[in-house]
Amino acid sequence: MSGEVDSGANGRKKSFRERIRWDYTILFLLIPAFVILVVVFPEKGGLARHVAWEYFKEMAMILPAVFIIMGLVSVWVERGFIVRFLGEGSGVKGVALSFILGSIPMGPLYVAFPLAAVLLKKGAKVANIIIFLSAWACIKLPAELMEFQFLGWKFTLVRYVATLVVVVALSEVIGRFFFKQGYEVPDEALDGVEG
Amino acid sequence: MDLTTIVILALTGALLLLSVIKDRRKTLAALRVAYKGFVRLLPSILAIILVVGMIIGFVPAKWIAQVIGKNSGALGVAIASLLGAVLFIPVIIAFPLARSMLDMGAGIMATAAFITTLTMVGFVFLPLEIKELGRKFAIARNALSFVAAVVIAVVIGVIIR
Repeated sequence: MSGEVDSGANGRKKSFRERIRWDYTILFLLIPAFVILVVVFPEKGGLARHVAWEYFKEMAMILPAVFIIMGLVSVWVERGFIVRFLGEGSGVKGVALSFILGSIPMGPLYVAFPLAAVLLKKGAKVANIIIFLSAWACIKLPAELMEFQFLGWKFTLVRYVATLVVVVALSEVIGRFFFKQGYEVPDEALDGVEG
Repeated sequence: MDLTTIVILALTGALLLLSVIKDRRKTLAALRVAYKGFVRLLPSILAIILVVGMIIGFVPAKWIAQVIGKNSGALGVAIASLLGAVLFIPVIIAFPLARSMLDMGAGIMATAAFITTLTMVGFVFLPLEIKELGRKFAIARNALSFVAAVVIAVVIGVIIR
C-alpha cells in the first residue's frame, strides 16, 4: 500500500497550484488583517487579542503533547493491533473503543486530525474514525457538565443520546457509501509514518 | 493551567519516558514524526487562533443570540445550524450563549442545532482537515455532520415539547 502512495507523491511534476503553500499564504494575509482590525477598533480588538493570546497559550501547552502522542502511537502501536481493535472486523467493540478514545478530553477538534490520520493509516475503519472525531467534537465530560449547568439535565441527556445514535448511523453511511473502495491517507499528511 | 492540560502533559511525559527506557532509537523516530507533524500544522493552527480571536472579538455573542432568538421554526433551525457551522467558539462561551439564546426566545430545536454544528462542523478548520484526512473525507464528514445536526435538533424538539 505504501508503495502506491509514494509513486503518487514523487512520480509526477507538481503543478503551480499544488506548489503554493496555502497555509502560509492564509496566515500571512491574516496577520495584517488582525493587526489592522485591532488597531482600528481598539475596544473589540482588545477582546480579539485577549482571546487569541489565551488560545495561543493553551495550544502551546497541548499541541506538542498531542504530536508526541501521535509520534509514539505511529512508532509503537502495531498495524495488526489497530486492525484488530478498530479495523473492518472490529464490530461493536470497535465502535465502543472509538467512542471512548474520542471522549478523552484533549482539546479542540482539529487537534484530533493528525491522530485520526495515524489510526487510518494503520488500518482503522473509516466509520470508526468518524465516530472517534464526532465524539472528540461533541462528547466531552467537562463540556457536558457545562451544558448540564446552563441548559438543564433533560436537554443534555436527550442531546447526548440523540448524538450517540445519529453519529453511529452517520459513520456507517459515510463508511459504506463514500469509502467502498477503501481509503488512503493523503500523501503529504504523514511523512515517515509506516502503515 | 487547567486540570486537563496538566493530565495531558503528565500522561505524555510518562509515555515518553517509558518509550525512552524501552528503546531510544524508536523514541527518536517518534519524536521525528511528532516534529514533522507539528511544523506542518503550525501555520494552519496559528491562522485558526487568529480567526477565533477575530470571531469572538468582532461577532458579539449578543448579536448571535438575537439573530437565532428572533427566528423561530424551521428558519431558526436553518440559521442556527449555519451560524454554528461557520463560527468557531469554545464551549466555555458556547453554553452560556445557548442559554441566552433560549432566554431571548430561540426554540429548543434551533439551540440544539447551533450547539451540534458548532462542535461537529468546522468551516474554520476545513482546510486543515482536508490536508490531514483528504478532501473527500473532510467534505463527507462535514456535510453529513450538518445533516446529523438537523436530525438531532428535530429529535430534541420532538422529545422536549
